[in-house]
Amino acid sequence: MDELLKIEHLSVGITSTAGKVQAVRDVSFKLHPGEVLAIVGESGCGKSILCKSIMKLLPKSAKIEGGKIYANGVDITDYSDKDMQKLRGKLFSFVFQDPMTALNPTIPIGKQIAEAILIHEPKLPKEEVYNRVIALMELVGIRQPHERYKLYPYNFSGGMRQRSVMAIALAANPKILLADEPTTALDVTIQAQILDLLKEIQVKLGTATILVSHDLGVVARAADRVAIMYAGKIVEIGTAEEIYYDPRHPYTWGLMQSLPALNKGKAELKTIPGMPPTLIDPPVGDAFACRNEYALEIDYHEQPPMFQISDTHFAATWLLDPRAPKITPPIGGKANV
Amino acid sequence: MSDILLDVQHLSHVFKLSKHLRLNAVDDVSFQMKKGEIFGLVGESGSGKSTVARCIMNIYQPTAGKILYNDINVCDRREFQKHHKMLEERRQIIFQDSTSSLNQRMKVADIIAEPMHIHRIKPPRGRLRAEAEFQLSYVGLDASYLDKYPAELSGGQRQRVAIARALSMEPELLVADEPIASLDVSIQAQIINLFKHCNKEHGFSILFIAHDLSMVEYLCDRVGVMYHGKLVEVAPTAELFSNPQHPYTQALLSAIPIPDPIVERNRKRMDFDEMTFEREGALTEVAPDHFVLRKEDRQ
Repeated sequence: MDELLKIEHLSVGITSTAGKVQAVRDVSFKLHPGEVLAIVGESGCGKSILCKSIMKLLPKSAKIEGGKIYANGVDITDYSDKDMQKLRGKLFSFVFQDPMTALNPTIPIGKQIAEAILIHEPKLPKEEVYNRVIALMELVGIRQPHERYKLYPYNFSGGMRQRSVMAIALAANPKILLADEPTTALDVTIQAQILDLLKEIQVKLGTATILVSHDLGVVARAADRVAIMYAGKIVEIGTAEEIYYDPRHPYTWGLMQSLPALNKGKAELKTIPGMPPTLIDPPVGDAFACRNEYALEIDYHEQPPMFQISDTHFAATWLLDPRAPKITPPIGGKANV
Repeated sequence: MSDILLDVQHLSHVFKLSKHLRLNAVDDVSFQMKKGEIFGLVGESGSGKSTVARCIMNIYQPTAGKILYNDINVCDRREFQKHHKMLEERRQIIFQDSTSSLNQRMKVADIIAEPMHIHRIKPPRGRLRAEAEFQLSYVGLDASYLDKYPAELSGGQRQRVAIARALSMEPELLVADEPIASLDVSIQAQIINLFKHCNKEHGFSILFIAHDLSMVEYLCDRVGVMYHGKLVEVAPTAELFSNPQHPYTQALLSAIPIPDPIVERNRKRMDFDEMTFEREGALTEVAPDHFVLRKEDRQ
């Protein structure tokens, strides 16, 4: 068996007063052991809901409406909360966006990490637990762990707190780490460190990571594979090289072009016109059609299937259909660098 | 009239945390902004960028130093009182967190029209509502948003309302305190384009505070780098990014993410954690217009 996590045609709906929001629509992907998969998309595109539905941490108003989630080859779609509790922490754990709210301000950091260990191994002797906590703190790059064991979250800077949260997440040696915008609340300088740490952990422990972000610039260093999400769907997925050097979906082009690093010396940053559609009543055709300058007639009537470009690279756009007119992409096209 | 719009001289601001504990948030900072210039101020959180902005806007009274705006010392209470109407109209600020800077109980139309109402300015487009609609369309939102409350808008839309409110006064100086930090990449680009347009077409001077260096590089004419309350380096953007002199600036530049996996993976980064940088000395000119904080040589 080759993949750690397999998602097949997953759909998630959220009931709200205005109607049912189709937050995740027909998403399929696989996660292999020891790889970093980045999920990139604008806010509201369903990337957080996707992560939470994998962990079954969805709010009450949200429901998995179709599709299957396989973890280690076992179908966990219909697992009850009790069954999931056994998997959380051991199979997968979660790093939240905001380290300020994820930690308990009244408990010392060391104790909070110890708590996570004790939940999985309640009978572990005290000494052993302490040593494990110190090892974890060293792993995530907290220096002088013995002195810092007794400090409270308020003694720590934002970056250090995010490191502590990661130590808690890694307490039971999970196979999959889900990191939901782990660097958004942090400074650029610290953001770089945390991303390097994610990569380091992946190398040291062989943990597979799902890294959620809204910034293509940020994930370039850490990601092995990148999935671009738009309006609840994965529109393009491929290795980092394929996505960055040879993007095929017009939305990926738009995201790349809006990065200032690629616009040096230009008078204006390229933007994607308009707003993402509301997912209460998603459009019949391609959800990106009305913002897409390359939209074809068929985009408004029928959703594009996933076209295969290489073994690892897929994109959902009608532009890849053999019948589509040939256009030159505004960026990319450096397939074999 | 000189072409210096804003002249900050030896600005210091001390927060009294308790009887004995003092925090030098801003420590002897001096810089100048020319008319029609976009000046960027960067640094990590806690480096005092926002405090500088708030001193310039008279939200904080600085502990020491002078801020000359068009040769008016705004830190002097008497002088400020004499010109306060002009100062309040010509300087506008956009705060980082649009959730708390917009009144929850006011509709978008009223929020945008409020400054005109306060200053009893006759709206150029007839009625206040028409003016609000115009300003809103300027930032890329249509008239349907006029009757919404801030809570009904997304983060990007709220930030645009805050920008429309500042622009409605057609300010001479716009202080933007991390206006794009909480927005999506594609919306960031829209806001940056809007700033650029305002600067070019209407001649606004913008003090742009950010920690996203790639945006600063794209937008600003000159950049100042702050570290622990000190201004450690000031230079024209191209000069600063190609030839950073202060070790802190170099470390900061090494942290900018590059959207190119192969280049990015092979890049070396400096370790920040327990690093401290030189923050003593005086600003010395190392190249034309390029100032670095350095200890003066003993010889």
